[in-house]
Amino acid sequence: MSGDHHHPAPLTPVEERAAALEQLLVDKGIVTPEFIDQVVQAYAEDIGPMNGARVVARAWVDADYRERLLADGTAAIAELGYGGPEGDHIVVVENTPDVHNVVVCTLCSCYPWPVLGLPPTWYKSPPYRARMVREPRALLAEMGCPVPADTEIRVWDSSAEVRYLVLPERPAGTESATEDELAGLVTRDAMIGVARL
Amino acid sequence: MSDVVAPEVRDLLPRQNGEVVFDAPWQGRVLAMAVGVVDGLGLEWDEFRQRLIAAIDDDPDRPYYESWTVALDDLVRTHVLRADAGPPP
Repeated sequence: MSGDHHHPAPLTPVEERAAALEQLLVDKGIVTPEFIDQVVQAYAEDIGPMNGARVVARAWVDADYRERLLADGTAAIAELGYGGPEGDHIVVVENTPDVHNVVVCTLCSCYPWPVLGLPPTWYKSPPYRARMVREPRALLAEMGCPVPADTEIRVWDSSAEVRYLVLPERPAGTESATEDELAGLVTRDAMIGVARL
Repeated sequence: MSDVVAPEVRDLLPRQNGEVVFDAPWQGRVLAMAVGVVDGLGLEWDEFRQRLIAAIDDDPDRPYYESWTVALDDLVRTHVLRADAGPPP
């Protein structure tokens, strides 16, 4: 609950609107402040890149799972217990030495929440959306992800119908790592395709 | 909606990738309100998503969660305020 916090700064218009909506929904009995706290907590901490990291780690250690994941991402991800809003129709695209995949949503903000959590701010920005389509190699380099010149870059445009998740290459030297340890290596950015592990 | 994240899954999750995903608290709250309205009224998530797409399309340079709030406002007007006159079966 944050109702007893003192706010010295005036609320911005959008904050006022959000507060008014919350008050209305609480008054109508549709949500409770506790429910909102719980969902915020879940999305901020529990749902998110960690889920995707577990999916990736499983695919690295289990060839059969990897095959199922590439054939039907949504079903294979559901095997691990992940799903929910915006989790339908997830297509997993695999990085190889020859191909680097990167995901963008030119229309708005489509993003596989259940495995990656909430989209980062830059993912939603018009410059990212426009430039990743126009000049992916230059933008990736600027984002600290240079892609070798002889590696093809494939840009996948997410939509309301299809969400993409990048299966990064397993880092060299991790042959003896456990699945849990591997999951700890996987970053959100690697699963969007703007980082390489 | 206790199944937002199942406890048995939560306990398995490594934490190294955790990070702050909201720029300000109200952003998390409008996110949660949309989940709550869709869930509480038994709507399809698409009811919200289509409004969000429309809100972003309406003003592509508007900050994301402001568009989200516009979409939520519209969802509430349609399904909470207008529904007051006569509840659906």
